[in-house]
Amino acid sequence: MRRQGVLLTSFAEIYNWGRANSIWPLQFGLACCAIEMICVAAARFDIARFGAEIFRASPRQADLMIMNGTVTKKMLPQVVRLWNQMGEPKFCIVMGACASSGGPFREGYNVVKGIDRFIPVDVYVPGCPPRPEALLHGLMEIQKKMREEPLTGPDAPRYFRKDTTCEYPIPEFGEHDLVPPYNSELWKPPAPIVREGK
Amino acid sequence: METLEQIRDRIVAKFGADTVTLITNPGPSAQHSLLLVAHAARDIARFLHDDPALRLDYCSNATGVDWPDKEIVETVKTTQPDPAGGPDKVVETKTKRIQPGCLEAVYHLYSIALKSAEPVIIRMRTANRTDDVTLPSLTPVWRSCEFQEREIYDLYGIVFTGHPDLRRILMWDEFKDHPMRKDYVGPDDYEWEPTPHGEVLERAKAHYPTPPASTSPKSEE
Repeated sequence: MRRQGVLLTSFAEIYNWGRANSIWPLQFGLACCAIEMICVAAARFDIARFGAEIFRASPRQADLMIMNGTVTKKMLPQVVRLWNQMGEPKFCIVMGACASSGGPFREGYNVVKGIDRFIPVDVYVPGCPPRPEALLHGLMEIQKKMREEPLTGPDAPRYFRKDTTCEYPIPEFGEHDLVPPYNSELWKPPAPIVREGK
Repeated sequence: METLEQIRDRIVAKFGADTVTLITNPGPSAQHSLLLVAHAARDIARFLHDDPALRLDYCSNATGVDWPDKEIVETVKTTQPDPAGGPDKVVETKTKRIQPGCLEAVYHLYSIALKSAEPVIIRMRTANRTDDVTLPSLTPVWRSCEFQEREIYDLYGIVFTGHPDLRRILMWDEFKDHPMRKDYVGPDDYEWEPTPHGEVLERAKAHYPTPPASTSPKSEE
């Protein structure tokens, strides 16, 4: 049938195939990892091979946020606002140690200890900074996630479900710290692991 | 370029003996500096900037230093004659006193016009660390001090009078603390870490009960 020009597929498959091959990342740089991201967009590593070369300057036109670099507490409300302004379906890659966990600045008073305290993260790319190939691998993981995403049922993405919200609260600047210091619906402080005999 | 002693002597001759002190640095860098009295500092800075032999027209760096209250133990040795006729006894009396702390602003000055290689370092000190924390701003003299004095105000809490735009520059406006002060306590958003050490370990103990001690007998090695 395919030779006759008839293609049989499901709607979800062709929909996911389409969006996985035209990801538009947000043009958004926070710190030194942004240099690596720019490198990925340039000729040598060439993110255009994956259909993701159109870095949009407006969050309204983007569907992938690459959190590249240290997120300071002063920057965080703007980051969450940009995330809220992006239209669904949207994905988030966390790039590098700082954005994943605070990195070397984790004990600092002014650094968010991981952006996953405030916005949902799809793929973590470790490294300090990650190699461009690592970011491309992260992008391929996002593509894989997009292709396998069901559009209906209990595993449907949040924007197709009634019971979840796509709006994430923006923390306020407090007198000593951000208020609240993390989004308790997204992130819980991990329990200590008590090892026997230690 | 004149030596720091010569500069000091000229300042003393022009502004009075109590306006400047030479602070020597005993370290290997031997970067000595001039401590200016706050009320005369603006005029002295203008003099340093305009004087034809100095022409310190460029302030490359302005920073703050926090000197917390320091307890100083002084030991005085006195000899007491032994009534029994023996050798004199040496009695040590220790007196403790608190040296009050202060906040300090340090400026590194160069002359571009005279191509100076070594900086002339000037300092100013506040009266204390709590309520009297004002210093004259040197931004009217060196424009490059503007952002750096804002940073000192933000992180150390020194209030610069005469600054054109004294706001916080790094932290947000609602922030109340001064993080670079030695007694600053950061927000307690500690979470469990697999390998806590040092200060983090102390904070971890406050958050979590200590793990139960090992009940299994240790191998004798």
